[in-house]
Amino acid sequence: MKSRYLGWPLLGALFFNSAWAESKFNLTQGVTEASREVYDLHMLVLYICTVIGVIVFGAMAWSMFFHRKSKGYVPATFHESTKVELLWTIIPIIILIGMAYPATLTLIDLENNDDSDLTIQVTGSQWKWHYKYFDQDVEFYSSLSTPRAQWDNLSGVGEAKGENYLLEVDNSLVIPINRKVRFLITSDDVIHSWWVPAFAVKQDAIPGFINEAWTNVTEPGTFRGQCAELCGKDHGYMPIVVDALAEDEFDGWLQAQKEAAIAAVEAEKASLAERMTLDELMALGESTYQTACAACHQPNGQGLPPAFPALKGSPIAIGDISKHIDIVVNGVPGTSMQAFGKQLSLKQLAAVITYERNAWGNNTGDLVQTSDVKAATGK
Amino acid sequence: MTTATDAILDHHEHKATGIKRWLFTTNHKDIGSMYLWFAFIMFLLGGSMAMVIRAELFQPGLQLINPDFFNQLTTVHGLIMVFGAVMPAFVGLANWMIPMMIGAPDMALPRLNNWSFWILPFAFSILLMSFFLGGAPNFGWTFYAPLSTTYSNGSTAFFVFAVHIMGISSIMGAINVIVTIINMRAPGMSYMKMPLFVWTFLITAYLLIAVMPVLAGVVTMVLTDTYFGTSFFDASGGGDPVMFQHIFWFFGHPEVYIMILPAFGIVSTTIPAFSRKKLFGYSSMVYATSSIAFLSFIVWAHHMFTTGMPLLGELFFMYCTMLIAVPTGVKIFNWMATMWRGSISFEVPMLFSIAFVILFTIGGFSGLMLAMAPVDFQYHDTYFVVAHFHYVLVTGSIFSIFAAAYYWLPKWTGHMFNERLGKAHFWCSLVSVNLLFFPMHFLGLAGMPRRIPDYALQFADFNMWVSIGGFAFGLSQLIFLAVVIKCIRGGEKAPAKPWDGAEGLEWTVPSPAPYHTFATPPKID
Repeated sequence: MKSRYLGWPLLGALFFNSAWAESKFNLTQGVTEASREVYDLHMLVLYICTVIGVIVFGAMAWSMFFHRKSKGYVPATFHESTKVELLWTIIPIIILIGMAYPATLTLIDLENNDDSDLTIQVTGSQWKWHYKYFDQDVEFYSSLSTPRAQWDNLSGVGEAKGENYLLEVDNSLVIPINRKVRFLITSDDVIHSWWVPAFAVKQDAIPGFINEAWTNVTEPGTFRGQCAELCGKDHGYMPIVVDALAEDEFDGWLQAQKEAAIAAVEAEKASLAERMTLDELMALGESTYQTACAACHQPNGQGLPPAFPALKGSPIAIGDISKHIDIVVNGVPGTSMQAFGKQLSLKQLAAVITYERNAWGNNTGDLVQTSDVKAATGK
Repeated sequence: MTTATDAILDHHEHKATGIKRWLFTTNHKDIGSMYLWFAFIMFLLGGSMAMVIRAELFQPGLQLINPDFFNQLTTVHGLIMVFGAVMPAFVGLANWMIPMMIGAPDMALPRLNNWSFWILPFAFSILLMSFFLGGAPNFGWTFYAPLSTTYSNGSTAFFVFAVHIMGISSIMGAINVIVTIINMRAPGMSYMKMPLFVWTFLITAYLLIAVMPVLAGVVTMVLTDTYFGTSFFDASGGGDPVMFQHIFWFFGHPEVYIMILPAFGIVSTTIPAFSRKKLFGYSSMVYATSSIAFLSFIVWAHHMFTTGMPLLGELFFMYCTMLIAVPTGVKIFNWMATMWRGSISFEVPMLFSIAFVILFTIGGFSGLMLAMAPVDFQYHDTYFVVAHFHYVLVTGSIFSIFAAAYYWLPKWTGHMFNERLGKAHFWCSLVSVNLLFFPMHFLGLAGMPRRIPDYALQFADFNMWVSIGGFAFGLSQLIFLAVVIKCIRGGEKAPAKPWDGAEGLEWTVPSPAPYHTFATPPKID
């Protein structure tokens, strides 16, 4: 089903200009077989609707122009015709069947999740994505990397916005081209929706359930999408970036990731013996806080009560250290407070807890070391 | 003797004065007016919220409000427009017009009628109060669990009780409409002689009775999930968040038709009047309306194509949804055929009706596109959907309500409205509403998700146009307010039947319609 065969001369050259296909006025054709099928289907329905619209609106315009009282037109008296009613019941049904047939074929294709070469688990949480490569021991979080100063004009003058404003992340999902990649999509908290327009993949991430989707990208490149289901305050700030690499490049990348994961475990072990100074902890703590905590608890620690409590002067941040560590590491079930134990390294955890206990006038003077976190939680 | 007659007449026209008249009234015309005013106030309020949203979206970056308050505004905007503006406006029209169209002296259950109106202000007070008590609902008007349960901001209780009261009001209103139409038609007015307006309200009322209890059930489950430890929608307790969506949309899809079927009734009244030709295919209109109502119960999951339904489920809901295009098409073709070879004139009600047919059809086209499951994966939850349902609800439902208001204002007030101002209202609304909603199609196709407070740079110029259209459309509605106030206060005296092509019993009584009409039922041949 090539779109050029659908070109009906009625509609004029404007709509058939090849620029139309990739303009900002229209759906993307995408970079997979499936996305091109979806695009063709979209154009088919659009053209059919346009033709019907031209006929109906044309007839109405004709009436409005020629059959008007001001021209002294005498109204006809007809007001029913079973023949005509049958005609405009049956013809639409035939057109609909013509649309339903290709739609059914495409749908069957899109829902065929068998025979994949690579499986990636995609987990949404407020407000980031987590990617886990099955059987590869590679996993990481992916969150917005646009600096707050670019988007938050409420608390001061905004910085100039970059090219990929709000569509850039710290760790992109990396997939190979020309391989069928299957996504298993789920969520840790509320419903999210993983959407990459160039793949024509949009699948809800539902807590407690796993949905499937797949793609097979035909050309390398960087493709951007966003969470599509309202998931709370920062729904607009959880983009998706996918880098599609040539097969051998992908294999190299995957190998490097595995080695990095092993190195990280070693570093974690080494950090247990390390004693950091307050300044070191505060510096690392601040940067960790800004990426992991500030969205809810705010850069100034004042939170957005009641859903997101203040940390400044909070009984937890200036009270018992082990309780504080427990909440940061294990989260608070049934609230938006996530368990950061699996998202941050021991060193980052120690630093961010130290930061929270000493920033914004909390001034407890407490130092939390990597080994303290380890001891308090057994992580 | 004279005094006795006066006393009887006086009793006949008896109404309390001041606030008591409105609080205790059981008169269908008074209650209809209150519903219409209430709806208009809510329309302006919900519209103001939309204008704050559009102001925030005027440029990329957060300028005016934080994302959480943005979500509160989108949620309450939706709730107010659906339950506070469109539905009460239609109930107001039903109250005013159904008794006069079927030759009945009043609604069948006048005290119920008073109550179903007067609980509405309380419902919306509860909803709006939440803004000042820890934050309004921020989970979207569709309140998907678990965002509205475990992860809500504490507004869930306000939301649930407000919706319960709105639902009770709607059910009582619907019972009243059904009882009135079935029992109080003038002698000789068989079902197939009823004005189509009355037919569409009858079918709408049945839809309301069928689905409002479902909404009441789902909000109650949300309430107990949030506060009483149940797990209807929580997988960790054996529940299912997707079940929420099934129950919600089993209410939600018929609800969509509740908001459009009365509009079909209105334009089926106005288009013949200003085409000076009978409605084409009356009986096919009745059957088409009934088919749409029936189909509305078996298409709900087309809102959920991306939730991971099995293939067969997707196919079933796709086919059923596409089928709705057939009866809807029949209606549009019938209006076209009614205008064809009529003797058309372009008074304000007709302008709004013609705009309704064209723009509603555009909303129907995008609806057909959305029905195609494989392509819906791309459109779902984008601005394409926002464009679609605003074409259907604003240029559909709300334009039809304007058409109705202009059509019957002379009957209600006894004065003709200012034609020039009315036309100014129409043209300003028409241009601005398309500037507001048409570019949203492009935004959605280009990949902008809905319900986001900030967006990537490639969406910037369309958003700016959309915002300008939004402000212009909002301000244009003040012209309507001016028209109505002027019309109430004075103007050219309206004859009993100000439109030469109009038909129906309501035009046989004087303008303004006396406080009590058809104390003796008219005889229909």
